Amino acid sequence: MDILIIQILNSIFYACILFLIASGLSLIYGVMRIVNLAHGSLYALGAYVTAWTIGTFAAGAPIWVLFLLLPAGAVVVAAVGALIEPTLLRPLYNRPEEYQLLITFALLLILEDMMHFLFGGVPLSADAVIDSMGTMPIMNLRYPVYNLLVIAIGVAAAVFLWAFIYRTKFGVILRATSQNMRMASALGVNVKWVYVQAFALGCFMAGLGGAVVVPAQAAVLGMGVEALILAFVVVVIGGLGSLEGALIGALIVSFVRTAGIQFFPEIELAVLYLIAAIVLLVRPTGLFGRA
Amino acid sequence: MKNNASRTGPSTLLILACAIPIVIVLVALPKFVDTYQTQLLTYGLVYAIAGLGFNLLLGYTGLLSFGHSAYFGLGAYSAAFMVRYFGVGSMEIYILGGLLITGLVTAAFGYVSVRHTRIFFGILTLALSQVLWTLAYKFFWVTGGTDGLRVPFANLTLLGGLIDFKGRDAYQAFTQNYYYYVLFLFCICTILMWVIVHSPFGKALQAIRDNETRAQFLGIRIRRYRWFAFQLSGSFTGLAGILWVPLNGLVTPDILYWPFSGEIVFMTVLGGFRTFTGPIVGAVVFNYLKIYAVASTAYWQMLLGVVLVALVLALPTGIVGTLSRLFGKFRKR
Amino acid sequence: MNLLETINLKKYFGETHAVDDVSLSIAEREFVSLVGPNGAGKTTLVNVISALVSSDSGKILFKGDDITHTSVTERVEAGIARSFQIVNLFDDLTTFDNVTLAIFSRQGKTGNPATLAHLDHEVSAEADAVLGQFNLTSKRNERVRDLAQGERKLLDVALAYALKPKLLFLDEPTSGVSTRDKGQIMDTIASVVRGEGITAVIIEHDMDVVFKYSDRIVVMQQGAILAQGTPDAIRNNDQVAMILLGTSGPDAFTRKD
Repeated sequence: MDILIIQILNSIFYACILFLIASGLSLIYGVMRIVNLAHGSLYALGAYVTAWTIGTFAAGAPIWVLFLLLPAGAVVVAAVGALIEPTLLRPLYNRPEEYQLLITFALLLILEDMMHFLFGGVPLSADAVIDSMGTMPIMNLRYPVYNLLVIAIGVAAAVFLWAFIYRTKFGVILRATSQNMRMASALGVNVKWVYVQAFALGCFMAGLGGAVVVPAQAAVLGMGVEALILAFVVVVIGGLGSLEGALIGALIVSFVRTAGIQFFPEIELAVLYLIAAIVLLVRPTGLFGRA
Repeated sequence: MKNNASRTGPSTLLILACAIPIVIVLVALPKFVDTYQTQLLTYGLVYAIAGLGFNLLLGYTGLLSFGHSAYFGLGAYSAAFMVRYFGVGSMEIYILGGLLITGLVTAAFGYVSVRHTRIFFGILTLALSQVLWTLAYKFFWVTGGTDGLRVPFANLTLLGGLIDFKGRDAYQAFTQNYYYYVLFLFCICTILMWVIVHSPFGKALQAIRDNETRAQFLGIRIRRYRWFAFQLSGSFTGLAGILWVPLNGLVTPDILYWPFSGEIVFMTVLGGFRTFTGPIVGAVVFNYLKIYAVASTAYWQMLLGVVLVALVLALPTGIVGTLSRLFGKFRKR
Repeated sequence: MNLLETINLKKYFGETHAVDDVSLSIAEREFVSLVGPNGAGKTTLVNVISALVSSDSGKILFKGDDITHTSVTERVEAGIARSFQIVNLFDDLTTFDNVTLAIFSRQGKTGNPATLAHLDHEVSAEADAVLGQFNLTSKRNERVRDLAQGERKLLDVALAYALKPKLLFLDEPTSGVSTRDKGQIMDTIASVVRGEGITAVIIEHDMDVVFKYSDRIVVMQQGAILAQGTPDAIRNNDQVAMILLGTSGPDAFTRKD
């Protein structure tokens, strides 16, 4: 019974991570109709940057410093996003979609190797953070408090995003631009600026996912591609462009993944990839999505 | 016989005029270069076959697959399994058996994948190739895991046993004879693909690529045609994998891993994916570029990415497309 | 038996009754014009009949068979073809290739990957004949992207015609074309259609064109059929004149220039 509770908590924990990644992907698609194949790699970059920052600057430092440095990954990734959009993506808006896919794929190649180059082939972790918070008793077992913090962060992020998109002025502009870019532009919206900001925000979410996961799970090479595929399963289930969809999709994928790991540990990876295939087969537009 | 092909690439006559001397050069080449160069060129031809197959989907049908390593790897592993579990040495049996297996899997993967387009198609193909990679990696007692499976040329026979590679100078004999074997099959594949893309089916694929709605309203069943194109595409790439493995001597899960799919995409874009000869040129050029890139840096994947960015932004029509346009401008003067 | 019958056909987009309980019959060899103000539902009706969108309720009978739930390609195979208001062509192929595609498809040859398309002389000859009928021969080897608007509109119709359909829907075949070209285009279309005895339904805004060529005019408004009849009957229908022109009276439809 305790194990079941732990599994459920773990699933929710992982769902929060997936939500962060997928919401970024969905946001970017919703506003700009761009699918970024390097999105998973940005998540990985966030994880690496945070792990490295904490490892380098926070050795032996007090706890609050660790937590201050935690979002470093997210901030760096957002900056990278703000650089990428005007240089690599903007020139291709009027071209056929293959070119977008090709350039974001190229970005994936560059980022994956760049992380290898900058951080080496050894997994980077930020154990200090998770250790610092200790564990708490759940029935007869102990569970890291940090994981619960992450769940809180996930919920907070969902609320924040929802409020940002539906309750702020910028959110209105965002939604208007996503629904009708030309009209928004004709009404005086600086679409270029909106696009950069939306893209940076989406990347921030991915980077935040990485930053937040790395204390619990070390940054390794290849985590980006795995995350990309999972994030896609999430938006496929939930629907591209939908915030609620990203949330529901993340929960579903996470729980199925936990079950898969539990019962088919040998081919856990294959199970995940197969889930992606099956979902795409059965429900192409997702639960909440617009094509 | 008037050439009615679209004006995006060189005309039929021009291609024939270039092709014949090229084939003559290719046939004569092993007499003038050493074993290593011959082997390198064989790799180039193998990748060219893979590129031809891949581009049927991308250039002609408008579907960008990020999982073609699956079919290449399937072809390679099929041959390797035949060696390991059945002691087979005949190249022809590798080809027949490998094509059969690849055909079955492309039919299954394709059926699932073509229900979607664009990014979902891409991700689905990627996911499916990753499934195969995971299986090859995890079931190491079957697939040899990261150690891989060997396909030694010592036991290889060509032309139904007429040519074997035992005895003195076996390696040299292998390199020479295998080169001609691959060259022959490369020519066959090129001719086959040429016919396919210039057939009514090929035109229908291009129609689907250009305007799916109108193609439907002409009575063309979109999904079915995409599926058929997928199977043809995967089979050509699978054949390339089969031909690759005796050359490489060894197959490991790396060949199924997504970066290799990326290489196939890259070489096609490098050559120019809106032309027929683009993938061939791109594959051969990439073959040589990769040698130098790998030799100069461990982070050659990043180099690949940077060059791909440059291609997409500055040279979207690739080598062949750009040369073709320049040539056209030059002729107008 | 009528060639086409729609029975209580409905298509709603949320609150909008785009096609509201339309029961329409088209007899063989008729040349019918479908008119009405913008938003009347003409294009939606054609979209439903050609299967571009599905109906919400009602039936469509073609040659007596119920085709309500068939797909686009099935309807094309049954003999229904259409052109598009916003020109819908294969821009990267030549004019000739566009037409041969339609013919190959009609003849079921598009599934064949093993023969060279341009070696099929029968198809090439037919394609050239079609191009001739539509005055497009001079543009045979041009990329469609490079054609003028009038030529593109004609090609759009030619593609549908090349399918040798029983029933041809033309969605505003002269829209976006200069007045001078309009006459030529309509003359071409009408002569081809009448010459082959094809049943045609054309959506048009230009009433001169409508009166000149139609056997019957169907007037739609807000998703429903307001009136239908011969050109003379419609010309004298004050209600129709009011809807379409805002005035009525015996000279309502006469051009005042």
